[in-house]
Amino acid sequence: MDDGSVAARHETDFRWPHSDTSQTPYRVYTDETLYALEQQRIFQGPVWNFIGLECEIPNPGDFKTTFAGDAPLIVVRDRDGNINAMVNRCAHKGSLVCFKPRGNVQELTCVYHNWVYDLAGNLTGVAFRRGVNGKGGLDPEFDLKKNGLQRLRVETYRGLIFGTFSDRTPPFRDYIGPELCANIDRVFPKKLKVLGYHSQVLPNNWKLYVENNKDAYHASLLHVFHNTFGVVRPTMGGGIKLSDNGWHHLSYTVRNKDSDDVVGKEQVRSLKDQYKLQDVRMMEHKLELGDYTTNAIQTIFPTTVVQQILNALAMRQLVPKGVDKSELIWTILGFEDDDVDMQELRLKVNNLVGPAGLISMEDGCVGGWVQTAAKADPTAQTVMPMGGRNIEPTEGSRVTEAAVRGFWKGWRELMGV
Amino acid sequence: MTTTLANDLSLRLRIEALFADYVQCIDDDALEQWPDFFTGDGVYRVTSRENLSLGLPVCLVYCEGRGMMADRISAMRTANIFEPHTYNHSISALKILSVAVDGIRTQSNFAVFRTMADGNMSLFNCGRYMDRIVEDNGVLKLADRLVVLESRRIDTLLVIPI
Repeated sequence: MDDGSVAARHETDFRWPHSDTSQTPYRVYTDETLYALEQQRIFQGPVWNFIGLECEIPNPGDFKTTFAGDAPLIVVRDRDGNINAMVNRCAHKGSLVCFKPRGNVQELTCVYHNWVYDLAGNLTGVAFRRGVNGKGGLDPEFDLKKNGLQRLRVETYRGLIFGTFSDRTPPFRDYIGPELCANIDRVFPKKLKVLGYHSQVLPNNWKLYVENNKDAYHASLLHVFHNTFGVVRPTMGGGIKLSDNGWHHLSYTVRNKDSDDVVGKEQVRSLKDQYKLQDVRMMEHKLELGDYTTNAIQTIFPTTVVQQILNALAMRQLVPKGVDKSELIWTILGFEDDDVDMQELRLKVNNLVGPAGLISMEDGCVGGWVQTAAKADPTAQTVMPMGGRNIEPTEGSRVTEAAVRGFWKGWRELMGV
Repeated sequence: MTTTLANDLSLRLRIEALFADYVQCIDDDALEQWPDFFTGDGVYRVTSRENLSLGLPVCLVYCEGRGMMADRISAMRTANIFEPHTYNHSISALKILSVAVDGIRTQSNFAVFRTMADGNMSLFNCGRYMDRIVEDNGVLKLADRLVVLESRRIDTLLVIPI
């Protein structure tokens, strides 16, 4: 395994201009060299990338293809039931080994020259190994054992599959810490079922979407639907939790048991007290997780989001697609034991989220607006003063940018800038 | 011309007229009238070919009844924030699959071209309408419209109905 943060193949003159992370230079969103460095030092560095769900590959031979950063991956269940993840790149000429999104296979065969790998990525066969009529064929010095697919370390947690390229990545539980593990335990207490996928192409650098998720300050301001319909108001209970190193966060909202249907009187630009839904079924919330939490958005550094919005459960996986583009892949979830009514409720409440989500669609465009404006002056900077300059959790308020500052702290640490 | 052929042609023309009115309503930004193309309890869903072929039920948009459709439009008008843009729909290959007591089942192809305020134009998506159409007081209405997007990828966001 390669540790990109040590063996850097790219260098940059970029240096973080401050002692803290309450300001970011726009260059971080537009610089191609930084993007290449991020592949090595972050996505192929000591982080856990979300790469799928156990329920997507339930049987031996089931595979799916996905990405960790720019790296194409195969995630496959072997005959012993273990989940393996390999870089989807043939050891021979570098072709994709699997070019389908999912399927079931006995072994992994690269169609280009028929090199064959077992489900752990070991090279087991090379076509025309002995040549033809005793001529040609494989160099006798060639060691099949040293030419398997590049493997990742894999861990699963509550049905989620994570992969890392680095030996230095701590075990997943330690990586996010007990408090954030507890939220995954809370949101995914049972066997999961995939209800569908969405894909949203964002016209911005990947970090702008990550920041957006960590920025609880914007939720009730940009997503006006929240205030209009009283889903989330800045004064509702809740807060921000952060991992000890600040890399990962949880933003949560708890509804008031008694007055959860009252639209607030906060001074936000959009409040329209007179505005009522004709049909409230897409806002119904069945308390299924044993508490009054209505919204819980959890980020796992670098690009994973665990989502609970009412009964809309999802994993979001962000895949960078160049310095100014990214693809957000939503896996919409329910539980295996959902009855017909529960599934129907989830389908309705999913109107709120996804690329057409009434409370999430704005996240698709706002990053692009920053990207467009950032390009002109890479040395100009953002300011993120909300909640001070610290990277501390807050209880009772989400009007803070602490989690965004925490993200940049993690980014600096891994990038070495 | 036989009576059957005349009836078939007449039905086809009426459905084509319904679809033309439907897309022009959207393309002309008369979205407050859009729910009226459906029956009161009509269903409007937008999904992807991928989800449909995998048998996965989640939709990008799922409205059951005109009320939910009207909510979508009023949210778009008063709450949702997005860069102004317009659609231009093309419809083709209307096929009448069956005519039964609970309605006429049809499928047709569509393409939606999206133009942003700055003039940037792109193919937003294309796909297939899978419809059940009923006659309501002499007017054809959509009882069920399933919009199957050919690509699962939504560029930026989906706010205007298809």
